[in-house]
Amino acid sequence: MSGRESARMSVDSTGAREISLTIPVAPDMEIVATAQAAALGEFIEMAHDKIDEVKLALVEACINAFEHAHARDDRLHLTFRVGREDERDYLEVEVLDRGTGFDQASVEPPSAEKTFQGRQKRGWGLQIMRSLMDSVDISSGQGGTRILMRKYK
Amino acid sequence: MSEVCRVAAERRGDVAVLSTDGYINNQGGEEIARQAYAQLESGARALVLNLEKTRIVNSIGISILIEVLEKVMDRKGQLAFCCLTPTIDKTFRIMGLAQYASIYPTEAEAVRAVAAA
Repeated sequence: MSGRESARMSVDSTGAREISLTIPVAPDMEIVATAQAAALGEFIEMAHDKIDEVKLALVEACINAFEHAHARDDRLHLTFRVGREDERDYLEVEVLDRGTGFDQASVEPPSAEKTFQGRQKRGWGLQIMRSLMDSVDISSGQGGTRILMRKYK
Repeated sequence: MSEVCRVAAERRGDVAVLSTDGYINNQGGEEIARQAYAQLESGARALVLNLEKTRIVNSIGISILIEVLEKVMDRKGQLAFCCLTPTIDKTFRIMGLAQYASIYPTEAEAVRAVAAA
C-alpha cells in the first residue's frame, strides 16, 4: 500500500473476518480497494469471475462517492467481510462516506435509449452494482451514505 | 499509484484493431478515443477493440466507448469488441452497448465480421 491508505483486520461478533480500509478521495484509489476485495474473495475460494464482479461493483461505488458524496473528511471508509450464512460463504463490501447524502428516489434510472444518441451517458453506477452483486443495501442521509453489497461464493 | 491503460493500434486493410492493456477509466477511455479517431481520420472504415488484457472497465470509461461507437455509427462504419472477460461482457450488456455493437469471442472473428460488413 502507498501509505495514504490504512487497513486493519479483525473478527466481528458473528465470527466473520473483516478488513477495514480507509482511502482518500483521489484518482485510482478505487483500484487499491479492489485488491482487498480480491484477496478476501480468494481466501474463500470464490470463482475469479465472481471476484471480478465484486471488484467492478466496488469500483462503481467508489467513483460514485468520489464524484458525488462531497465527503467532509475527504475519505472513503471501506469494510470487507467474509462470512457464512445458510451454509453459503459470502464476501461483503461496505462503502461508507461522510458526505452530503442523496435521495435514492430522485435518481433517474438509466436506459440504453437515453445513453445512446442521447443526453445521459452517465448515471449507471447503481444499476451496475445491483446487477453484479447478489444484494445491495443503500442508506443515505445528512451524515453520509452507506452501501452494503454482498456476493455469495 | 497510477493505473495507465496502454493502447496499441494495428491496421488490417481498412480495419483498425485497438488492443488495450489495463484499467479503462476516464483516462483509458480518452486514450482509446484518441487513437480510434486518429484511425478513422486516416481512413479506417471499421474498428475492432480487443480488451483481452483489460479486466476492469468502469462506467466512465464505458461512456467514452459509447461516444466512440456513436461517432463510428455516424460515419456508417463498424465497431466490434472482442476478448471480453465475462464481467465486462455482462456490464456492456447491462449498459446496452451490446445492442449497438457486436461482441465476438476472438479477434479473428471480429475482424472477419467487420471486414465483411
